[in-house]
Amino acid sequence: MANGEEKKIQPVPDEPKPVNPAADSAMRPLPSEAETAPHATLDSEPAEPTLAQSPKPMQPAQSKPAPAARPEPIRQPMPAEIVVPEKKSDLVRAAYEYPLAIRITHWVNAVSLFVLVASGLRIFRAFPSFGPKIPQQDLIDIPKALTLGGWLGGALQWHFTFMWIFAASGVLYLTYQLLSGHYRTVLFTPKEIPGVWPMVRHYFLFGPKPPATGQYNPLQKLAYTSTVGFGILSLLTGIVLYKPVQFSWLAFLFGGFHLMRVWHFAAMCGFLAFIPGHLIMVALHGWSNFFSMLSGWKREPEYQE
Amino acid sequence: MIKRVDERELKRQSRRQLLKLAPVAVLGVFAFPKMSDRLVTEGVRFSDWASGGLFRREHLAPTFSNSAVVPVEKFPYNGYDVLDPEVDLEKWTLTVEGDVQHPGEYKLSQIQALPKINQNTRHICVEGWDVIGSFGGARISDFLTLVGASKSARFLEVECADDYYESLDMATVLHPQSLLCYEMYGQPLDRKHGAPLRLQMPTKLGYKQAKYLDRFRVTNVLKPGKTGYWEDQGYSWFGGL
Repeated sequence: MANGEEKKIQPVPDEPKPVNPAADSAMRPLPSEAETAPHATLDSEPAEPTLAQSPKPMQPAQSKPAPAARPEPIRQPMPAEIVVPEKKSDLVRAAYEYPLAIRITHWVNAVSLFVLVASGLRIFRAFPSFGPKIPQQDLIDIPKALTLGGWLGGALQWHFTFMWIFAASGVLYLTYQLLSGHYRTVLFTPKEIPGVWPMVRHYFLFGPKPPATGQYNPLQKLAYTSTVGFGILSLLTGIVLYKPVQFSWLAFLFGGFHLMRVWHFAAMCGFLAFIPGHLIMVALHGWSNFFSMLSGWKREPEYQE
Repeated sequence: MIKRVDERELKRQSRRQLLKLAPVAVLGVFAFPKMSDRLVTEGVRFSDWASGGLFRREHLAPTFSNSAVVPVEKFPYNGYDVLDPEVDLEKWTLTVEGDVQHPGEYKLSQIQALPKINQNTRHICVEGWDVIGSFGGARISDFLTLVGASKSARFLEVECADDYYESLDMATVLHPQSLLCYEMYGQPLDRKHGAPLRLQMPTKLGYKQAKYLDRFRVTNVLKPGKTGYWEDQGYSWFGGL
């Protein structure tokens, strides 16, 4: 279903080809100037107001596309005099980055993770150790304020409710990603490895900003792919913690029953390592970027294609 | 992929796509405690239903060698109130009632006359700790055969000398490792562990393993709000492993 919705608002085919005016439907996609205006290929003409469609790497960011964003070919190289045609409004570069299934699962996951971590901390508080009961050596005293549920039983109710929601959301997410092929935008593969360090250097050591090559940079792909790993790990270990007898074979695979709580806790730590960085980056990138996870549309993406 | 789109059209599409998330936002009603209480109660009920479906009657819990068993002094005493309700062990009997052919009072010797099972199994507490203990006793299923319990009954209700109470699904009760336990570590059950008789089911969490057993009732109907001391306060009723 989500797929169908997506199709409806992607009237422009992947390959550039002449636009059929009749197909000027929902999105009214306007062809790049390179497609309609033959003269626009004259990139060398310095005053030619082309959009960033050309692969020129040093093109400035399209923060003010208004003067150039004019669908009709203009011959005179005097951009200052260009008047915006009355019917057509401004053109902006935009990409539909987050299909509905991704947006729904993102927000359901966000809520589920909040509930599962907060109630999980409350559950851990009942026996904050990975060792024996006698003698009990507590590892940490988790403040009640960080927890959800009020007491162990209440926390378990939250946990046993949202584990299903989290699992269902995760299955929907992975199914959608695999069936739609959308996973290619986000899956971290070995060929991304060389790109990770430059991003780390940029974020944490004020290094130069590597050029954006796609929707996600290699560090983002690593982070997002890792969270899927944490999710799978937390679900599998959670299943064993919940039903260690029925799934005793799975407990065996993970190194025995006692390691289950450790792995489950480690998966949560993975999420806790991801979430603050994620929120900080969202805050730094501003409203438009944040809003794209609500509307699906990213305005003025940093990358070119 | 990047497109060039009309500014107004982009806004219109963004709004449309935003509205599609409205059903998710409606779930925000569960932020209100009254609604969330119902949600999580239903969540636990659903979990229990799924747990009952996952439970396999013939699937055995792992058992362990004697060397893996924790020393008896490291097997925790756990109770909800007093650890020793001062049961008169001489006069003790187990009252059996409900959907059975032979209701009445049963002596410990009658239970000990049933085939004895010794097993080293893991006792898991809902809090997260666990111990491997050594347990001896009779199968609950053998005892229910002795008393002529209805084969179609769905539940076993249990009352204890310390006023603790529990109820169990019959599938778990009839599991071959579910014991009426009268021995731990080869010794008669000590008072704080539930003398003279307790439940010991390696397919259930610790709070289901009622101690100081006093009364059994075989039934098809559970009393609402009285299905177990902790369950009535919010613990999962199935409590299965």
